Amino acid sequence: MDNSIVVSTRIRLARNLKGYPFPSRLDSKRKNEIVQKVYTALKEGNSAISSDFQLIKVGELTKAQGLSFVEKHLISPEFINGDKDGRALVLKDDKKVSIMINEEDHVRIQIITDGLNLEAAYDLADKIDTLLDENLDFAFDEKLGYLTQCPTNLGTGMRASVMLHLPALQKTGALSRIGGNLSKLGLTIRGIYGEGTEPKGAMYQLSNQVTLGISENAAIENLKNITEQLAAQEVKARETIMKSVSMKDTVHRSLGILKYALAVSHDEAMELLSNVRMGVVSGEITGITCEIIDKLIPEIQPATMIVTAGENLDPEKRDILRAKTIRERLGA
Amino acid sequence: MKCQKCGVNEATTHIKTMINGQYTEYYLCPDCADKMGYSNMFGDFSTEFSNLLGSFFGNALPERTQATRCPFCGSTYNDIVKNGIVGCSQCYDTFRDELVPTIRRIHGNTTHCGKKSTQWRNSLQNKKIATVQKKELTTTNSKLDNLKKQLQEAIQAQEFEQAAKLRDDIKEMEG
Ligand SMILES: [Zn+2]
Ligand SMILES: [Zn+2]
Repeated sequence: MDNSIVVSTRIRLARNLKGYPFPSRLDSKRKNEIVQKVYTALKEGNSAISSDFQLIKVGELTKAQGLSFVEKHLISPEFINGDKDGRALVLKDDKKVSIMINEEDHVRIQIITDGLNLEAAYDLADKIDTLLDENLDFAFDEKLGYLTQCPTNLGTGMRASVMLHLPALQKTGALSRIGGNLSKLGLTIRGIYGEGTEPKGAMYQLSNQVTLGISENAAIENLKNITEQLAAQEVKARETIMKSVSMKDTVHRSLGILKYALAVSHDEAMELLSNVRMGVVSGEITGITCEIIDKLIPEIQPATMIVTAGENLDPEKRDILRAKTIRERLGA
Repeated sequence: MKCQKCGVNEATTHIKTMINGQYTEYYLCPDCADKMGYSNMFGDFSTEFSNLLGSFFGNALPERTQATRCPFCGSTYNDIVKNGIVGCSQCYDTFRDELVPTIRRIHGNTTHCGKKSTQWRNSLQNKKIATVQKKELTTTNSKLDNLKKQLQEAIQAQEFEQAAKLRDDIKEMEG
C-alpha cells in the first residue's frame, strides 16, 4: 500500500528498570542515574544500531524546541511539562528512533516510519529493546509481562499506531459510526492535530488499546487488518464524493488559496492541505505529490516554525511565513 | 465494567460532568456515549483513560490492605488508588490480589502473551537445566540402588561371576 491514506507508522514500547521505583516516585538524582545507564547501554551495546544516538536533556531545551519535538511526534506533550530535571531524549540521527527516558515509564522506545510498515517498525523496536534489556534488566513478571507505571500498558507494553488521512470518511460523517465499532475490536482512533471534535486536516491515529494477553504479532496483525479495511472504505468514500463538482471545486479552490495567500493560519492551512492531498490522490490535482504535503505539514506547525526561524514569531508573523513556505513548497 | 446506561455492553467511555456544582461520573459503552452526545473518540484518549483508571481503583479496602506498604517503594494501596498509577514494579507483587481485578477490567484478561525479557528467559533456562540435572541425578541414584541390591542378591546366591560384573558396573557409575 502506498502513502496515500496511511501516512506513517509508529511503534512504542514501554519498559522499566528493576531496582528503581517508577518515575513519579524518583528524585532527579536517581532519574539522572537511569538516563546515564540507558544511554551507556545504547552506546556500548554490541550492535550495529548503537551508533548515531544523541542524548538531549529535556531541561536544556527551549520551550519552542520542546514543542517542536511534540509536533514531530518524537515526544509526548507531557514530557516537556512539569519537572524536567532527570528527563532525557535519545534521538537517532535519522529521527526514526526516539527514546524518552523518565517519561511515564523509565524507557519508552519509539519508531516512526513512512507509510504502512508495522512489521519493519516493530522489528527495529524489538532489536533496540533486546539490546537495552541485555544490559539493563527490565522489570518483567511471568503473568503480567513487562511491568509499567500505568496498568493500561502491562503485558507487551506496546502501542502500535498508524497515522491515517481520512478526509472522505470525516466529511461523510462515517467516522463517528466506525469509531464505536473499533473499540470493540480493541482499537482506538483519535484526531491528531487540534483538540475538539473536528480534527484539523483529517489526520487520525489508529492504535491498539489492549496490551495484556495479546502478543505483539497478533496486535500488529489486528491493527494492520483494520487499517487496510478502513483505507478501503476511505477509497470508496473518496470515489463517491470526488464525483461531485462542488467537491472538485473545493479541492481546486483550496490549492488556489494555498498558492496565492499571503497569510494562512495553522487550522486553515491544515484544512486546505487536506483537501489538496485528497485531490492529489484522486488525480484531480497533478504536479504535487503526497510526499511534498506530508513533509510540509510538520514544517508549518507553530513551534517548529519558531525553531526553524531561530527567533520568536508572533501569530501574525507565523501566518505570513507559513503562507510563504507553502507557496514555495507547492511551486507557486 | 458494564455500561451504566444500557447495562449490556462493555463501558469504554468515562464521562465526568459538573451538574449544579456537583461532579457526576458515567461509564458508557460507545453506542450510548454516542447517543448521549458524549462520543469522545476524538478527545485525548490517554488522559481520559488515566482518569478512568483512577476511579477504577476506588473500592472499599480491607484492613490488611490499608496497613500494607510496598517493601521497596513504600507505597500503600491507597497511594496507588489516589494517584491512579503504581509505585514500582514490586508493588505488582505486594498488591497483586488487589490489582488483578482492575487489570482484568482494563485488558479483559490477566495473562501476558508475547515477548519475554532476557533475564527472565535466562532464569527460566537455568531452572530448566537444574530440573533436568536433578532428574538425571535421581535416575542415576535409583539405578545405583538397584544395582547394589542386585549385587547383594548375587553374593547371597553365590553367583560370583554375576556379582563381579555388577561390582564393575557400580564402580563405573559411581565414577
Ligand atoms: Zn450502553
Ligand atoms: Zn512499590
